Formats: sequence, structure tokens, C-alpha cells
Amino acid sequence: MSAHMIDIVNLVKRYQTGTVSFEALKGVDVQIDRGELVSIVGPSGSGKSTMMNIIGCLDIPTSGKYTLDDQDVTKLTPNQLADIRNRKIGFVFQAFNLLPYATAFENVEVPLLFARVGGRKRKQRILDLLDRVGLADKVNNKPTEMSGGEMQRVAIARALANEPEVILADEPTGNLDSSSGGGIVELFHELWREGKTIVVITHDSALAAQTERIIHIRDGLIEKVTHGNQQGRRAAHVA
Amino acid sequence: MRPWHYLRQFFIDLSRQKLRTAMTTFGIFWGTCSIVLLFAFGQGLREKQIQSQRGMGENILVIWPGVTSLEYKGLPKGRRIRMTEDDVKSIRQQAQLIQRVSPEYIRWGIPVKRGRNLNNRRVHGVWPEYGEMRNIIPVMGSRFINQADIDEQRRVCVIGDRLAKDLFPRGGGPIGETLLIQGVPFVIVGVMKEKRQDSSYSGRDAWKIWIPSSTYRTMWTQPYPNNVVAQIVPTATGDQGESEINSILARKYRFDPDDPRTLGVWDTTRNVAFMKNLFDAFQGFLVGIGILTLITGAIGVSNIMYVVLEERTKEIGIKMALGARRSYVITQFLSETMLLTLVGGFLGFLFAALIIRIFPTFGLEEFVGIPRVNLFIGVMITVLLGIVALGAGIFPALRASRLQPVQALKLF
Repeated sequence: MSAHMIDIVNLVKRYQTGTVSFEALKGVDVQIDRGELVSIVGPSGSGKSTMMNIIGCLDIPTSGKYTLDDQDVTKLTPNQLADIRNRKIGFVFQAFNLLPYATAFENVEVPLLFARVGGRKRKQRILDLLDRVGLADKVNNKPTEMSGGEMQRVAIARALANEPEVILADEPTGNLDSSSGGGIVELFHELWREGKTIVVITHDSALAAQTERIIHIRDGLIEKVTHGNQQGRRAAHVA
Repeated sequence: MRPWHYLRQFFIDLSRQKLRTAMTTFGIFWGTCSIVLLFAFGQGLREKQIQSQRGMGENILVIWPGVTSLEYKGLPKGRRIRMTEDDVKSIRQQAQLIQRVSPEYIRWGIPVKRGRNLNNRRVHGVWPEYGEMRNIIPVMGSRFINQADIDEQRRVCVIGDRLAKDLFPRGGGPIGETLLIQGVPFVIVGVMKEKRQDSSYSGRDAWKIWIPSSTYRTMWTQPYPNNVVAQIVPTATGDQGESEINSILARKYRFDPDDPRTLGVWDTTRNVAFMKNLFDAFQGFLVGIGILTLITGAIGVSNIMYVVLEERTKEIGIKMALGARRSYVITQFLSETMLLTLVGGFLGFLFAALIIRIFPTFGLEEFVGIPRVNLFIGVMITVLLGIVALGAGIFPALRASRLQPVQALKLF
């Protein structure tokens, strides 16, 4: 087992719109260790969203190699990618992306249904997860009946449903006021201390500072890598 | 995924797009209703037609003796050929394709008297087989002419149902009562059960009187029957039966068996075949219209599923990010389309069944028959709706499943 949870080598992503071609990523190398808390920062248009999509197996690279948990994901079929997203990656989005008509319980249930987790076990797991993010009393609330911070907690509970290796958070505090945002960051820190690998994509340098390592992207290339103010159980890796 | 999950999704979509969903379902509803009604009325008409034809009897040939129109073995044309009752007996013995046969003696304008009721009626002298051939079914507690009546030249008669009502207007069984036929007393042994009859060669059976052929001949000393009625076996065609009778009689009377004019033959099977084809075509036409209506409905369903797809793109993206496979997305869309179609179809079928149920109360059955639904139409509709739903749902479903997660999430 490699020490790298995420190993990206010379990754290129090119978008073709008619005759116009645009390179969002121009050969990026990123290694993220197991249990690391990393942020990827950059201004809009820098390629960080593309980075997030590829790390999250939502998109496939044009060229280059991406190994997730010792598995080359560039060679997988759509169904295999779906299973990877289901079991190995937990997404936390800026806009929460909860199903609007479903309760907190049902939202957390979705990935468990795709993973075919059986009835009683599933129910217990959902209740545990909602308890874990501090929403034991909002189990039957719909997103419209919750605050932004609560919705993001539901999203985190959903991301944790199948005990993924990696939590991938895209501007997780972007739609939140500072106090709920702080609570979310706190939750990420707890998960990190429990051993989860967490990747936060943001343009907010204050948020990025609260990670171990900050990868700066600009114009589709890695500009620099700096230390954050969090110190993990092991020394921070600065490439 | 659990079925209830799909079902829940379905009701959520339904409530989001109430009017559009209702109108879409109405398309399927209307299509199904049309097919069922058109088919049912077509079936009703056909059955009415068949019933009416049964009034004449099934696979019936009516044969009149005539005049030869071809020279044959040195004999000139223009000879009158007459049939005797013995000839009918030889047909009964020799013909392979003839199931039943009977001579028919007919006399018009015979005074028939019962009490003060005196009218000129038609009297037919026939064999016992005649009743079965021509579907003259005796009402309960009565009978048709039998062999003993023939052998003993009994003065018994069977009368049509309308005539029975005319003679016995106050009800009371006519059976066992006596009629005076040309002054001779006859005992009524049978009354014909009411039946529909759409064609005839000597008036409607409802007004006739039948007596044994042997009795008839003693009354009027008529040596030749007016015509012969024959019933061919179900496996033979009318033409085959006709040529067999021709050849039997041609041997005896020495005429050309291929002469079409010697014997006048009314082949009722030809009408039956014609009517059957006509009604098959008619019903096919009706069902075709119904299917076209249903296809219009299907296009509506397909359309609304595209709308649903537009609205749900983001949700599909979320689900894909959470691990939904293509097959899940396809199943969700298809099952929704199926449900929509089946609900519409079921309601359409129910509504049509209701119309069919209350239709007889309108009293129009004499003109259009009684509409009928049967198992076949039920199965056909179900299969058709399945195909329609699949056709309507598969394209939106495939498109939904081909969305890239990134595009669906609209992350950039």
C-alpha cells in the first residue's frame, strides 16, 4: 500500500468547444498522503474546480495518471467510477446539493441505498451519522426547514455514509456565515484527527490556512505549496 | 434500489408538474379509452351480425331446381329439372360434404284459423333436420317436427314466435292447442324461440308454420319440393358442397354438372365470409385509429419526461456524485414513464368499461349491437401500453443516463 492516497502525475485536462480548445490543467503533479488535510487554492479560472472534478472521479483527465488508493482510476468504466464515488469519496459542496424534497434522513440514505446497505443496519447508520454531526433532532427536517450550517452538516453526514477514504470539499464554507462556517471547519478537523484524508478546494485563504498543506494553483499549473497552520500527527509534506 | 424509492420519486414529480402530468396522463387515458371502445363496438357489431346470420343457419345452401343452359350428351338445353323427395334422400345418403339436408315445400296464402283469428299464412313442409339447420330452436317444453311425425303423417305443426303471439295474444301456452290449417285441425307441438334473422328467401321465420313434409304432401298433393335446404360440413366450402349436389343430381337427370344454371343455389357461406372480412377490416381500422391516438398520447408522455429530465438534471448529477450507476437513472426514468402510462391506461380502460357497462341502457343495441370487451383486448392493451411506455420512456431515460456527472452538477 502506497503512502499516497491520491497520486496525480502530469495531469492534463483539455476542453474542446467547437474548434476552440482550452487547457484547464496543463500537467499537474499532486501527491496527497493518507490521513492528510490538504487545501487546493487558486483564483477562479485557475483550474481548481477541474482538479476537484477529476479527484472526485466526476470527470476524466485528457492525459496523465491518477491513482486513488492504489487504483488507477483513469482506466475504469462508468459503473466502476460510480462505485468509487459511492464508496471511496465523500463530497461536500458549496451549495450543499441536498435533495430538496427529502428529509435529512433520506438525504443521508441515498449513498447507502446505492451501496445496498440493508434495512436495519442502514437506519442505524443514518441515525449515528446525523448524531455525529450534531443533528440528532433534525432527522425528519427537510432542507428548507434547516439553516445553511445544518444543511452542510447533513451533507457531511451524507459524505461519510459509506466510510469513504477521502472527503472532498468544494468551498464548504462558501455559503455560510462565519460562525456556522467555523463549526464546519471544526467538524473537518475532528474527522481529520480520526484519520480521514480531507481535500478542501477553496479560494478563501483563511480557510486554506486551517489545513496542513496548501497547494496553490494558477493558470492550470501548480504555483507553489505552502504550510498551513495545522500540524498533523506526522510532519507536513512540502513538496 | 427499493421500488418504493422509485415510487416516491414518481409522486414527487407528479406533484411538481400537476397540470402537465394530468394532461399527459389524459393523452394515454384517451388513447386507451378509444382503443377499447372502438374495439368493443366493433366486436358488438360483429357479434350482432353473426347472430343475425345465424337466423338463416350456418353453412346453409338453398337449392332451387331450374332449367339447363348447356347441351349435354345429345340432350338439348332448356330442359326443366325437377327434384323429388327421393332425390333429397339420395343426397342425404350419397353426399359426403352435406351434414344435413331437407326438402322444403312452401305454400302461400293458406287460411289459418284459431278462434276468431283467421289469416292467410305461409305453410312449409319439411323434415326434422330442417329445424336444426335453420336454427329453429323450440322454446322450453316444445319440440320441432320429428321422424315419427313424418312416418305417421301426423297433423302437427310448429309455429314462429311472432305468429304465436298473434294467435295467443293473452299468453297461455299454445302447445297442445289446435289450429285449423285450410280447415284441417293441426296440434301445435312447438313454438320457435325468438331469434334474429337478417336474411331470408321466403319471409321471416317468425311468422311461419312448419308441418311434416309427408303430411304436407297428403294435403296438397304437390310432388316436387319448392327448394332444398342443405347444410355443408364446417370443413367444406359452399362451392364444394354445391358441386357435390350438382354431380349427384346430374347423374340422375343427365345434365352437365358444371352447368351453373340448372340448379339455382344460394350459398349463404359466401355472405358469411364476406361479412367476416368486412368486419375484420372494419375492426382493424377502428383499432388502428385507437393505436394512433395512443401514439399521440405516448409522444406527450415522452415530452413530459424530457421536461422532467431538464428539471432533474442537477438531481441526477447529485445522485451520480453519490454513486448512482447509469442503470439506476434509466430505471428511474423508465419506471416513472411506465407508471404514468399504466395509470393513464388503467383509468382509460376503466372508463371505457364503464361506458360499455351502461351502454345497453341507451337502447341502441338493435343498431350497433352490444359492445364487448374480452380477455384478448385486455391483454392486447396491456402489451400495447407496455410498448408505448417503453417507447416513450427509453429516449429521455437514455439521455439522462448519458449525462456526465460534471455537466449534470453544472459545477462550472
